[in-house]
Amino acid sequence: MEHVELFFKSIFIDNMVFATFLGMCSYLAVSKKVSTAVGLGAAVIFVLAITVPLNWLLDQYILQPGALEWLGPEFAEYDLSFLSFIMFIATIATMVQLVEIVVEKFSPALYNSLGIFLPLIAVNCAILGGSLFMQSREIASLGLALNYGIASGIGWFLAILAIAAIREKIRYSNVPAPLRGLGITFIITGLMAIGFMSFGGMLTGGDEEAKKDDATVKVEQTIELSEEDKALADNLNKVSE
Amino acid sequence: MGLKQNLHNFKVKNKDKKWLPGFNALFTFLYMPNETTHGGTHIKAADDLKRTMNTVIMALVPCLIFGMFNAGYQHYLALGEIDAANGFLGASFWTWDNLVIGLLKVLPLVAVSYGVGLAVEFIFAIIKGHEVEEGYLVTGMLVPLIVPIDIPLWMLAVAVIFGVVIGKEVFGGTGMNILNPALTIRAFLFFAYPTWMSGDKVWVHGAVERAGTPDAISGETLLGAYAQNTSLAGIDYMDMFWGLIPGSVGETSKFLIIVGGLFLIFTKIGSWRIMLSTLVGALAMGLIFNGVVDAGWIGESSKFYGLMSVPFWQHLIIGSILFGAVYMATDPVTASQTNKGKWIYGFLIGFISIMIRVFNPAYPEGVFLAILLMNVFAPTIDHYVVQGNVKRRMKRLKAKVA
Repeated sequence: MEHVELFFKSIFIDNMVFATFLGMCSYLAVSKKVSTAVGLGAAVIFVLAITVPLNWLLDQYILQPGALEWLGPEFAEYDLSFLSFIMFIATIATMVQLVEIVVEKFSPALYNSLGIFLPLIAVNCAILGGSLFMQSREIASLGLALNYGIASGIGWFLAILAIAAIREKIRYSNVPAPLRGLGITFIITGLMAIGFMSFGGMLTGGDEEAKKDDATVKVEQTIELSEEDKALADNLNKVSE
Repeated sequence: MGLKQNLHNFKVKNKDKKWLPGFNALFTFLYMPNETTHGGTHIKAADDLKRTMNTVIMALVPCLIFGMFNAGYQHYLALGEIDAANGFLGASFWTWDNLVIGLLKVLPLVAVSYGVGLAVEFIFAIIKGHEVEEGYLVTGMLVPLIVPIDIPLWMLAVAVIFGVVIGKEVFGGTGMNILNPALTIRAFLFFAYPTWMSGDKVWVHGAVERAGTPDAISGETLLGAYAQNTSLAGIDYMDMFWGLIPGSVGETSKFLIIVGGLFLIFTKIGSWRIMLSTLVGALAMGLIFNGVVDAGWIGESSKFYGLMSVPFWQHLIIGSILFGAVYMATDPVTASQTNKGKWIYGFLIGFISIMIRVFNPAYPEGVFLAILLMNVFAPTIDHYVVQGNVKRRMKRLKAKVA
């Protein structure tokens, strides 16, 4: 039950894109076509599925306060958690290199279409975010960490898949010129986040006040996003003129 | 002929003016314009956009009128001034007093919805220099039907502006949007002003002002009551079916919604595939929950027990799932476009609606959120249905060639 709950929660409720707005750069840039979006999404699932459990082991046996106890009682007081960022990043960078080599070998077409964004997974905040959330939410076991990695990867995958299909559909829409491209994509993301809010607060039960606050904050976020982005689009327009 | 000719001359005289689309919209509302097609092709169809929209509005009018009577009926019933009307034709339901309350409360909602929404449409049409599109006619009718009776009018106005601008016009107007504008408006209201959109005070006229006073009346919806495991003495299933219950203005009468739905199917405006599959999805999820309760996995102490133990067929009549299935999910712009996609799309709407209804105590009415969510995924479903067709045909072609 614990596994099912975490799985469901990480895909829908704490969706990487729509609840925490992580991993936006590749989400916005590689979502023009469904086929490349699927490729990148699969790569993200793969990288998250490997890095989160690895980082869980690192965190559990090296980084946490008192984690070094297995070396001997004199190490029990060491607290290496200030190293977590650099250690996590190092793991992620290594894994991304690995994925890149594998993809280049087995699917050169995908490798070419992903272009610069494959190496950029290394600095994709969704990946680091996955590891850091794993640490801060104190995920209890290696199995759960694997589950969390895969599920949040699937959540990200669903998000990029849906927006890629929407962007293919609105290619024929008569979007006002200042909003074309990234502008409308930001607005779509905000609207999609409203759709995903249907799951907000699910499984937690009871505690209604907290959830309502939560919900309002999220809407404000989306609106801010679209306004911010309109300003951005205007600026871009002025620059191009 | 005189007025029409004068208006036409006026139009020709002012043909470079910026505000002309606004004039044209009113003109075509009154008369068929004199224009003829110029090219060689002449394909004529009677069911243009205006007629399509008007058909949907005709299907909605009974719900609106019923909603007006129901507004007054719930108000007086909660005050204890009238007896419960037993059945659809009950003597205390179709009365003048009830209608007066309904007219006073519902007509302003309709006026604000149409006034603000069409104003935004006119402004955009003039800025972009195209004709005013008819897309808002149905949205403007749906919006008053899916809000609580006591919603302040300024909130409705703000939400309508948000829904029309962000939900529709930024995508290029009618036919280009990805989310149903009426539901975008409701979602905006729901998340921005939650105290006015849910809870036990807003569904009956007068309940808000009276809260906390000795005259307080309860205006809880059935779903709210179920979600809190309170018993529901005094409400029988026929009341739910006929619609003599508190709720959003136009969604209570399941009978009139079914009539409207049949009308839409008969005129081929609404997709029967989506309506049917939505109901099938809802029933399937209801059956699963009933199974869970029967198997004893969920005890009476659980907070989900109240809604989970509802017999599966009752899920169709206690909330607004029928209204959503008939009028919202079938929106031809935001639904799946392919036939196979429509089955998947509808089924998931029903399935997720009941799931949200049971598992999410904050949102007892999850139908509109489920439809929004599936609007987001409709292009994805279509994409894979189309790709599947392409693949199958390629295979067939290969087999033929080889």
